[in-house]
Amino acid sequence: MARKFVRSFATWALALPGLGFSGLALALEWNLRPAGSKIAEDIHSLHEYVMILCTVIFIGVFSFMFYSVYAHRKSKGHKAAQFHENTTVEILWTVIPLLILIGIALPTTRTVIAQKDTSNPDLTIKVTGYQWKWGYDYVKGEGEGISFVSTLATPREQIENKAPKGEHYLLEVDNELVVPVGRKIRVLTTAADVIHSWWMPSFGAKQDAIPGFIRDLWFRADRTGTYRSQCVELCGKEHGFMPIVVRVVSQDEYSKWVGEKMKLIVAAADDPNKQYTMDELKKRGEQVYAKNCVVCHQANGKGTPPAFPPLDGSQVVTGAKDKQIQTVLNGVIKDGKATAMVAFGPQLNDVELAAVITFTRNNWGNKVGGEQGLVQPSEVKALREKK
Amino acid sequence: MSAVIDNHGHAHGHDGHHDHHGGYGGLMRWITTTNHKDIGTLYLWFSFLMFMVGGVLALAIRLELFEPGIQFFNPDLFNQFTTMHGLIMVFGAIMPAFVGFANWQIPMMIGAPDMAFARLNNWSFWLLPFAAALLVLSFFMPGGAPGVGWTLYAPLTVQMGIGMDLTIFAVHLLGMSSILGSINIITTILNMRAPGMTLMRMPMFCWTWLITAYLLVAAMPVLAGAVTMSLTDRHFGTSFFNAAGGGDPVLYQHIFWFFGHPEVYIIALPAFGVVSQVIPAFSRKPLFGYASMVYATSAIAILSFIVWAHHMYTVGMPVQGQLFFMYATTLIAVPTGVKVFNWVATMWKGSLSFETPMLFAMGFLFLFTLGGFTGLVCALVPIDIQIHDTYYVVAHFHYVMVAGALFAAFAGIYFWLPKWTGRMYDEALGKWHFWLTMIFFNMIFFVQHFLGLAGMPRRIPDYPLMFETWNKISSIGAFGFGLSQLLFLYVVLKAIRRGAKAPERPWEGADSLEWTHLPTPAPYHSFETAPVLK
Repeated sequence: MARKFVRSFATWALALPGLGFSGLALALEWNLRPAGSKIAEDIHSLHEYVMILCTVIFIGVFSFMFYSVYAHRKSKGHKAAQFHENTTVEILWTVIPLLILIGIALPTTRTVIAQKDTSNPDLTIKVTGYQWKWGYDYVKGEGEGISFVSTLATPREQIENKAPKGEHYLLEVDNELVVPVGRKIRVLTTAADVIHSWWMPSFGAKQDAIPGFIRDLWFRADRTGTYRSQCVELCGKEHGFMPIVVRVVSQDEYSKWVGEKMKLIVAAADDPNKQYTMDELKKRGEQVYAKNCVVCHQANGKGTPPAFPPLDGSQVVTGAKDKQIQTVLNGVIKDGKATAMVAFGPQLNDVELAAVITFTRNNWGNKVGGEQGLVQPSEVKALREKK
Repeated sequence: MSAVIDNHGHAHGHDGHHDHHGGYGGLMRWITTTNHKDIGTLYLWFSFLMFMVGGVLALAIRLELFEPGIQFFNPDLFNQFTTMHGLIMVFGAIMPAFVGFANWQIPMMIGAPDMAFARLNNWSFWLLPFAAALLVLSFFMPGGAPGVGWTLYAPLTVQMGIGMDLTIFAVHLLGMSSILGSINIITTILNMRAPGMTLMRMPMFCWTWLITAYLLVAAMPVLAGAVTMSLTDRHFGTSFFNAAGGGDPVLYQHIFWFFGHPEVYIIALPAFGVVSQVIPAFSRKPLFGYASMVYATSAIAILSFIVWAHHMYTVGMPVQGQLFFMYATTLIAVPTGVKVFNWVATMWKGSLSFETPMLFAMGFLFLFTLGGFTGLVCALVPIDIQIHDTYYVVAHFHYVMVAGALFAAFAGIYFWLPKWTGRMYDEALGKWHFWLTMIFFNMIFFVQHFLGLAGMPRRIPDYPLMFETWNKISSIGAFGFGLSQLLFLYVVLKAIRRGAKAPERPWEGADSLEWTHLPTPAPYHSFETAPVLK
């Protein structure tokens, strides 16, 4: 790998001068993403307007400097004038920029006010930032009650350079946020642990997700399609790996999607009172583990100590059931402060928790087995309610 | 501007000055010194060392970002690198560098024998190595250095290991050092000017530092408060920034940026000062609009305290808040514009020559103005909503921090090196250093504007494939930039060791006291009796 890297570095370093100006003609990403909403369009034109103004002023000011550099050189025998004040000029170049700023502020203010107006939405969705995934709850409007978690779908092998990277590398999720086209969508943001930030550049919408508080933003997508982005507030280790994907569909498709989703919710509702077998729970637990635990505790259960301790051979995992259930339910609080082991109680249901705990008690070198190794959802439910 | 170089205020000849290092030789001389020049030298070498450490961290970041995927550093370590790169560059490299300039130059420029509080001066320097040691040591603590970004946002700070506590203590020490240094600078400027050196006759460098020192005294305690609240949140459950305990994570950001925005000008104003000395010297023409420069600098300083929340447009402020901070922020463009116009007007109809200090000053002027324009773009709420926390912001602040502050520091070093050491640097190599730095700087950071516009978030160790080309260019530029700075070290060492002897007035256009009233190199004690100014 190292040699491949060096070769790539060297090739690029050598090729760059050659690219030169022709490189500029390449279709590279160099401007704001194509607008997908009215607000995003407004931002584009505002940006263009300000850039044109800046460029004109920049060229104006520096043409004076470069003319000086060209004409007023000592080597050309130019004698220095000794003026060092001119009240008229000084007043002019204070007042003119002020007027230009007012010319910028007026159209900008209009967009700011429009951007902030989250009233009368057609659909309200709550977005919760978790380390490191997004939770979506449809709280009002068509689809009310739909709720899912959206996690990075790019396989670890691609990130670790063990497999070729796909087209949507780092910008693909298991469950996309689905919204109808042309409707005003209000997004409430909040977070469970640290500050995250939800951003959809194509809609000109960005809002920090702050733990303990609810903030909001809105967008109205112009066209159907899939829009991709990422978390934009540093939220810890996996900050670069929690993408946001919004699929904008027609009203008919949206209604169809809601219908299917609702049926699925009813069908897939886990029954916490059912008794499961060890194999059922281990199989389900493996999936839950891969989605929620693997980035810290690793696939081999060895963790990355000291921040993320191993589960393989852990006393908590091989000890009393209740202790482990409580740890996963409520997270680990050390010396009065929350650790990276957050409470999974709010994120996972009783069946998922029972499954993942059963899985860790009977996987790798952990062989608890029997009555002690098998955690039924009812046991999790009892402890959850006790709390 | 007397043509005669007199030695009044300078009782000892050159040969005698080695006997006056406070009685110690070797290492103890540097530990016990109370001489403003020795302490200035210590500050400058310290900041160069930190510049190298911070630079290595930057190269590590650029190395990882050369290609998509995780190649060299795991995401956790990557976050530690970005955090420490920022802290070390801001607090360890740029700020001490300008305090070094202040120490060397202010007494000589105002006709004083030394700084007002000589022992305090020693202490404010010697706090720094301990702070730096704490920062570097945090890498070796369990859990490593904090990976939270240099802004140390709560509540992410609560999740960090003991390295976070070391960093907080380091920030305390750095703040103390800055406050003590500032009190010293204010006292020196206000009380120790030579007779006839009125405030409005002071060199612009002294003015910018006077205002900067007031900013430091006002802003640093606020930072100390913010990190102390984080410390008690971490260990004593105070919940200042924890909603579950009645606090608010956004409160941290308000406090931090109330310090953080003046901090921007704490870094920029001394740079303005250096450039205001260099441009007139090589234009052989007095600084245009001296009085308006003083007023503009003061206006920038005052405005800097009412614009902090423009760093926080996306936290969800009410629309009135966004509009207020947007209007206040754009207003800063007016006094900043005045300064740029004044510098250009100083060059206009001058008699220009382009030695290395002038090249760096012009590089500063050109690129800092570019950074100012992107600052205006960032100040506008709707546009900032798109580019906040993307590489556009990274590009913007590197234009003002590197092309602004660092270029000005280089200009100052080349400008005053002959005065400090009595030897000339190699002009050809100096020019090489400038052009390499200029080209590689733009190669690193100009393309980052595109990355930001296209949507690449900052502080990510891995990125989607569409950002690959610009990242490659940026990374290659970074290595070129890093190597060019080794050339700078070589130029300086070569000048000190075996540079040609500097003439008494190496720059004919430079006319502040250190050039007109002191020999070259400047004697160990500058003005034992005050010079007489007409």
